[in-house]
Amino acid sequence: MDVLDLTRLQFAVVTIYHYLFVPVSISLASAAAGFQIAWIRTANEKYLHLTKFTGKLLIVTFAVGVVTGLVQEFQFGLGWSAFARFYGDVFGPTLAIEGMLAFFLEATFLALWYFGWDRLPRLLHTATIVIVAVGTLLSAYIILAANSFMQNPVAYALDPATGRAHLTSFTELLTNEVVLAAFPHTMGGAAMAGGGLLMAIGIWRVSADAAYRTLSRAGAWMLLVGGAVTAISGDHLGKVMTAVQPMKMAAAEALYETTTSAPFSVFAIGELGHDRPFFSIEIPGLLSFLGTGTFGGTVQGIDDLQAAYVAQYGPGSYVPMIPVAFWTFRLMIGAGVLGMALAAYHLWSSWETTRRLPLLPDLLQPGRGTPGWLRRFVLLAPLLPAAANTFGWVFTETARQPWLAFGISKVADGISPGLTSAEVIASLAGFTLVYGLLAVVWCRLVVHLSRKPLAPPVSAAEEPEPVPAY
Amino acid sequence: MITFWFAVLVLAWVLYFVLEGFDFGVGMLSPVLGRDEHERGAAIRTVGPFWDGNEVWLVAAVGVTFAAFPAWYAALMSALYLPMVAILLLLAVRGVALEFRGKHDSPSWRRRADLLLAGSSTGIVLLWGAVLGILVDGLALRADGEVTGTGLGRSLGPLATPAAGLGALAALLAAVLLGATFLALRTTGPVRRRARDLARHTGTVGAVTLLLIGIGTGSRLTLAAAAVVFAAGLLARRTREAMSFTAVALAVAATVVTVFTTHGDVVLRSTLDPAWSLTRTSAAAGPEALRLITIAGVLILPGVLVYQAWSYWVFRRRVASERVAS
Ligand code: HDD
Ligand code: HEM
Ligand code: HEM
Repeated sequence: MDVLDLTRLQFAVVTIYHYLFVPVSISLASAAAGFQIAWIRTANEKYLHLTKFTGKLLIVTFAVGVVTGLVQEFQFGLGWSAFARFYGDVFGPTLAIEGMLAFFLEATFLALWYFGWDRLPRLLHTATIVIVAVGTLLSAYIILAANSFMQNPVAYALDPATGRAHLTSFTELLTNEVVLAAFPHTMGGAAMAGGGLLMAIGIWRVSADAAYRTLSRAGAWMLLVGGAVTAISGDHLGKVMTAVQPMKMAAAEALYETTTSAPFSVFAIGELGHDRPFFSIEIPGLLSFLGTGTFGGTVQGIDDLQAAYVAQYGPGSYVPMIPVAFWTFRLMIGAGVLGMALAAYHLWSSWETTRRLPLLPDLLQPGRGTPGWLRRFVLLAPLLPAAANTFGWVFTETARQPWLAFGISKVADGISPGLTSAEVIASLAGFTLVYGLLAVVWCRLVVHLSRKPLAPPVSAAEEPEPVPAY
Repeated sequence: MITFWFAVLVLAWVLYFVLEGFDFGVGMLSPVLGRDEHERGAAIRTVGPFWDGNEVWLVAAVGVTFAAFPAWYAALMSALYLPMVAILLLLAVRGVALEFRGKHDSPSWRRRADLLLAGSSTGIVLLWGAVLGILVDGLALRADGEVTGTGLGRSLGPLATPAAGLGALAALLAAVLLGATFLALRTTGPVRRRARDLARHTGTVGAVTLLLIGIGTGSRLTLAAAAVVFAAGLLARRTREAMSFTAVALAVAATVVTVFTTHGDVVLRSTLDPAWSLTRTSAAAGPEALRLITIAGVLILPGVLVYQAWSYWVFRRRVASERVAS
């Protein structure tokens, strides 16, 4: 591997890792706010306990998101300084505004909420967690707008004197059609990630406290509804992508020739190469439908696009890694659908009216004939959305190759010119080691927190009453 | 507009170093001043609600540097690649140790968290100090704003200079003083007593060291810092804790301002050729970007300062470190 590949690998590792935790933080913040509002409105203690429990999960996940997000903020200068110089005017303000507008809000109000249970009036205290939830959505939107610029550059002009990109309109950057489609899609994916976690913990711990039943069903709803949002918006995102980056969608199907009424392969065997035909199970017309909205639509193939790009941008390969694009796209959808199926099954089998029917084993009643393997299957609930999110990003970013920002500059032009392989290998090893340990500790802590009783025994010894400083 | 953003940027870095400075100091000192798990926990609770909000000043400082002076951001990060990565890794360990410590009851978990917290805080302080020292000295920037070299030495080399060493030592002293005066202000009982003593001793020792360095190098700033540090120690002895913390914080702020303004218009000096140095104008972003962040900054930052101040007010009570019989 040369220094470019190493730097790309490092970017991928560090960013994907950040994005394992971020969706969980985003959705748990909203879940905690929801439980707290439910508690205020119903005065049911159950919701209070669920709020506090979700809050603990949130705070440990948020901490990992924060420390890995910090790395993101530096990354563009560390490994991609040529990119930072070239796009600084577009990217810098976006990141700065994200920090000032969203991160201060999240960090300050999360602390106010978490430590402020007995220091703030109840309504004000509830407002703090709502503000945190809004902050997470804001930060997600702004960073997605930055990423959407790379997918579909808008609102910029190239300065002939310096050769740098200049921002022409921030509103236009924020209303890029890609971010408008990607935001609901990623937020649906985020709801799935947090929902899967809550559902699994609820099912696992249901014998300890009846409130876990509510937790698991709330989580399953998040997973299911989030999944519906992802599917609907994903369909829209696919159409936008077919318009702005036709090569990406052709690669997703390994479609070499321009085809009318193009099929969608559910599964394929073989190399996906150009010359050898490969075996696949196809749904006729579905790709055309995903891309154009009609089953009879025409989808451009890789060969035609390559020829067109050579004519437009000069010689070179404009074809991304086909197998990666093909498989990550399918695995994203597959993992998501499987997660939704789990949630649907769980909701159905634990529903009051169907529960008594002997049809389906209820995951929430371990004693009553539910096979152990079925309950263990539930452990997949948090993993499937996480996998779908990761596959989705790998697809999005690798199928953009060779472009850094589509149509303007290539990835190879963005790397820091002075960087040496030894440096990247050292930092990659450091990140892998520290992040690996972090993941282990995070998992241990989540298991430990879930094992604790939901309603803690009342004790005054927790924190002795402080005395005023002044 | 460029001068305005330079001022905002310096302000963000000053707030970061002062606010996180005491977080780091508390992290370093908790095993020294807290004799058992309970006392260490009390020390750490003093920064519990604040450290994350404080750390966002780093996000803001880096973000503003990127937004207003992209060439500076690019040059600094890529030239100091490995030191920056090391800071980030240590910050990751520190943040997680702080946040995870109290979420598990086992004594071995807490002991390990305390050690990681103290170790990583110390490492970060030394590295940031070295980076500030390097900023004063300059880097071997070429015409394109990059530093070349081979292997790991390319970006680790600058750490092995006297300026970096001096910066690291100064930062260590500053963090200990900030941490000790903050703990004296924010705790009760034995931790408060010990923190006060430590501030007093560090104040004296630090003042003498700074005085010697100041006389040796003829730096007026160092002499001024010596006076402030001595005063902080004195104030700590008189239990004027708020004032002694303020004195140290002001000294740190003044030092950071000086570091960023030593070379006047030059923001990053090239040691190879003065013509290759980055200046405020040559590193600045275009007018549209500056106008955008000006509007955003004027609208957003005052609110941030208000609600952060409010959060300090909400959690203004001291944390008790003495054991209650139970
Ligand atoms: C739980 C997660 C999840 C699930 C179930 C799906 N996706 Fe997805 N997908 C993502 C999570 C995701 C993501 C991680 O959020 C991505 C990465 C970049 C982005 O904007 O969203 C993404 C990207 C992404 C892209 C590329 C966008 C780009 O290149 O900018 C397309 C075309 C789709 N998705 C389409 C779909 C379709 C048609 C789905 C059918 C159900 C689907 N996704 C399910
Ligand atoms: C590569 C680009 C990215 C950068 C530069 C970045 C930067 C950051 C930073 C600096 C933080 C820490 C904030 C703090 O200290 O409080 C953070 C956390 C966060 N990021 Fe990212 N991020 C990136 C990708 C993403 C994406 C794609 C999303 C969402 C779609 C996202 C959403 C969040 C959220 C919601 C948080 C706060 C919650 C948490 O810490 O878990 N980020 N990010
Ligand atoms: C502001 C947001 C983002 C920007 C500016 C950005 C930019 C980049 C850059 C510069 C690279 C390296 C060049 C390349 O290989 O394409 C890259 C690669 C990559 N990014 Fe993003 N990215 C962003 C968000 C994300 C997020 C949130 C994820 C996933 C969670 C992600 C996943 C990846 C992956 C998997 C690669 C590796 C692709 C490859 O090496 O072929 N990116 N991105």
